[in-house]
Amino acid sequence: MVQSLFFFYFSSVVILSSVLTVGLKNPIHSTVALLSTLLHVAGLFILLHAEFIAAIQIIIYAGAILVLYLFVVMLLDLKQTETILTRQFQVALFFGAVLLCEILLALLQAPLSGIATISRVTPNYNNTESIGVALFTDYLLQFEVVGVLLLGGVVGALVLAKQTPTK
Amino acid sequence: MMIPISYYVAVSTLMFVIGLVGVLVRRNFLIMLYSIELMLNAANINLVAFSHTLQSHEGQILSLFVITIAAAEAAIGLAIIVVLFRRRATTNVDELNLLKW
Repeated sequence: MVQSLFFFYFSSVVILSSVLTVGLKNPIHSTVALLSTLLHVAGLFILLHAEFIAAIQIIIYAGAILVLYLFVVMLLDLKQTETILTRQFQVALFFGAVLLCEILLALLQAPLSGIATISRVTPNYNNTESIGVALFTDYLLQFEVVGVLLLGGVVGALVLAKQTPTK
Repeated sequence: MMIPISYYVAVSTLMFVIGLVGVLVRRNFLIMLYSIELMLNAANINLVAFSHTLQSHEGQILSLFVITIAAAEAAIGLAIIVVLFRRRATTNVDELNLLKW
């Protein structure tokens, strides 16, 4: 009972603040709405007993990525000259509504209730320790590749941002 | 376990569609990046929900990788925004048509 109450709270705030993120004109307001979205998604993760992912979501997304975005918004001094109601608006809404109806209809037809059979059920699957062990044994190659990707991201960001305008 | 997984999938679908419409509608580069973050988060909700239902931690590990990729994408995207703003003094993607012909 309490769990479903929390689920409806978190999911309604997630949807509302996603709409605000996309719809607000001022980029600072959009950033704050995105922050609210990310924090409530972390709440959904806690409801799903994924505490480690929830902590990572708060630390990395809300703590690091969003502060980076805020710094750029602050540095750029953006003018609000954008018109939202472009001619793409109807087309975008149409395709979004089609995709939404399609997936929701598929969910209504087959409510995903009978899928709880898998060959590899992990014991203590939501334990942080078991996630760490799996990350450093089964997924070691992927882990290293993601590390190289992050290094490439750092070097690329530095190279891009250090360019001096030559015009 | 009381909440069925289809509710989580419905929430993540709604969030994904909001992000998709945001990318298509908004012309501000920064808000388009925000919408991409929304879509990545919707995928994360799906991964963690299925990981919970299937009693397996592989979805959680995948969502960890997705978060890492989102961090790299944010760094590169913000660097591109800073460079563009320095040269053109705008973040409106309609005015950035150098590669169009």
